[in-house]
Amino acid sequence: MRIKSTLENYLFVTPAVLIFSIFYIIPFIFVFRLGFYDWDGIVPLKDAVFVGLANFKEILFHDPSWWQAMRNASWITLIALTFQNALAFLLALACDREIRMKNFYRVVFFIPPVLSEIVVGMVWRFIINDIDGANMINRLLLQIGLPQLAHSWLSDPKLALNTVAIVHSWKGFGWGFLIFLAGLQTIPRELYEAARVDGAGAWHSFRKITFPMMVPVMVLVGILTVLGTMQAFVLIIGLVGGEFAGHTSVPVLRILACMRDSSRFGYACAQGISFGAILVIISFIQYRFSKERQLKKI
Amino acid sequence: MVSKRLLIGILSLFFIAGCGGSSQKESGKPTITIWHWMTDRKASFEELAKKYQEKTGIKVDFQLYAPSDVYSQKVRAAAQGQNLPDIFGILGEKRDFSSFIKAGHVLELTPYMQENNSSWKNFFFPKALEVNEFAQGNSYSVAPGIYGVPIDIMTIQMVYNKGLLKKLGLNPNRPPDTFQDLIEIGKRITDPQIQGFVSGWSELWMIDCFANNYAFNIMGKDKVLATIRGEVPYTDPDWIKVLTLFKDMADSEIITKSVITMVNKTAEQLFATDKAVFAFNGSWCVNVYQGMNPNLNYGVMLPPKASEAYPMAIWGGAGSSFIVNARSRNKEEAVKFLKWFSDRDQQAYLSEATNNLPANKNCLSQIPEVLAQFSKGMDFATHPTVWGVSEFSTVIEAFDKGIQSIILGEKTPLQVAQEVQKVKERELSRKR
Repeated sequence: MRIKSTLENYLFVTPAVLIFSIFYIIPFIFVFRLGFYDWDGIVPLKDAVFVGLANFKEILFHDPSWWQAMRNASWITLIALTFQNALAFLLALACDREIRMKNFYRVVFFIPPVLSEIVVGMVWRFIINDIDGANMINRLLLQIGLPQLAHSWLSDPKLALNTVAIVHSWKGFGWGFLIFLAGLQTIPRELYEAARVDGAGAWHSFRKITFPMMVPVMVLVGILTVLGTMQAFVLIIGLVGGEFAGHTSVPVLRILACMRDSSRFGYACAQGISFGAILVIISFIQYRFSKERQLKKI
Repeated sequence: MVSKRLLIGILSLFFIAGCGGSSQKESGKPTITIWHWMTDRKASFEELAKKYQEKTGIKVDFQLYAPSDVYSQKVRAAAQGQNLPDIFGILGEKRDFSSFIKAGHVLELTPYMQENNSSWKNFFFPKALEVNEFAQGNSYSVAPGIYGVPIDIMTIQMVYNKGLLKKLGLNPNRPPDTFQDLIEIGKRITDPQIQGFVSGWSELWMIDCFANNYAFNIMGKDKVLATIRGEVPYTDPDWIKVLTLFKDMADSEIITKSVITMVNKTAEQLFATDKAVFAFNGSWCVNVYQGMNPNLNYGVMLPPKASEAYPMAIWGGAGSSFIVNARSRNKEEAVKFLKWFSDRDQQAYLSEATNNLPANKNCLSQIPEVLAQFSKGMDFATHPTVWGVSEFSTVIEAFDKGIQSIILGEKTPLQVAQEVQKVKERELSRKR
């Protein structure tokens, strides 16, 4: 009877395990394996040349464009973690209060994230580009008497990456806003009432109630921001057409270039594995950091 | 009970349908499946397929997969799964083409081409066929022969806007003859709304193409190929001269920094709307400009020469080619179809309907004037796929990105040459 019940359980789990194995585990193992081969994606896999750790060594020591891409992605991520998430948090705080039209704002703030990245890229390209766009920002700056602030936002190598980061933040803050808002709404209102009775002001309530209770949510938003931003690339294609002499290159664009332009599938897989490992490590560090913080409090 | 019977009934139906074979067997004639990425030719291909079915009873199913990146990945995935269609095209370098051949996916067409005193082979411009050919002793270790059927040809040249040249006080029918003339025209452009020279140089291959034209002009084919073989360094003064041309273009402001964030579609829009004097583009642009501005008054020119040492060369040859799957059960029918498809009437129809240059040399008399101008460039045409040697992709990338850095004013031509040579030496040492 017990054996039958166990078998039944396994039977129910089998389809899920199979699907997970076929679409996640097996492809991952394949990609991992390919990272050790020199393969052009055309010849049969059995004819691919085993190169051991050569691909990984090349990434680590001989591929400056990869590390430039990593630096660029890290910079965009830093801006997203600070500017984008701060904006999202402030707006969530504002909408958590009893303000007029708060539902309207919630909808408006969530519009950018649901738009396609390529559409956002092209729309912003039209808004800020000199040549094939209306360059509304520069026009506005000229009209309000600030011509010195008008720039070639997308074709100046010193500005292009920051422009990408700002547009990315504009597109992405809505997710953080929603999660922060949901987090804020889980904080019991009685805590604020009790604090008010004890004479705590708004800043004190924020510091002693809101912020500590929002730390797990902030970590979650932080992890999602890092994972989402480090992997951004479609927006960059829409905005600047690609890597812009390396100034806007990011790891996914490098992986694509290796696969598509150079037919180096094995190397691209090694890049993918390395990149995945870096993201896992970053997420793990963030998670550990938040856990330690929570333990210290207890 | 009823539902069990119903289930059995449905399964039986599927089983019977599965055993019944495909529709091709019912009519006794096979269906030829063709994969392509050419969105602009979809309707014309289907029209020709209809004609072929009327003539032979054989159905030809043209399946479109676009954009070209997606198509390229689909073909590679199908090659791995050995489920390529009867006919397909390959996008990529000659090295990729050779990999498909060596993996047994491509039918050698030489015997068919040579039948009846090479009657089929003689349809084509030799340079169009060359792209699909592997010569004796080629560096790819592919058995010599013809492996594809060109369906159109292309040349990548410069186009100039006659109206804007006139506005600049120049003869609209006399485009610049030398590179220096081009630079001088750049200095005349004062209207900020008008670009001097545009091209989709965010796509690295277009920069590579332009640079290679001048490499041939300055140092000749032999020295370019010797560089690829590793016998001449990229730090050679001739290569520095090639790289310096881009610095000169940037300094004269005939190009702006934005050219390296520009996709070719944007460049085409700017040229078609009279906002650019010159553009560097392929013969496919005739159709594009026609769609964007039917009244555009423009002419075609070779990139103006920078040196008298060697003739100017441009990239040209087969634009797109079709390949027969060596594992296809319908390969004989596929070859017959391609023979019909590349014949004069069909090629003339395609050329007229899509404004592409036909690969069949017997129907050039029926093409529009601008296209004819592009076709004249075939005399100067060359292409990396016919050089017999391929540069390392990492070197090409370093070279093209280096040119982008020169245009941005971040690096000097010498710095770029040294960096490219460093990558080249690393690749050569790895190969050894």
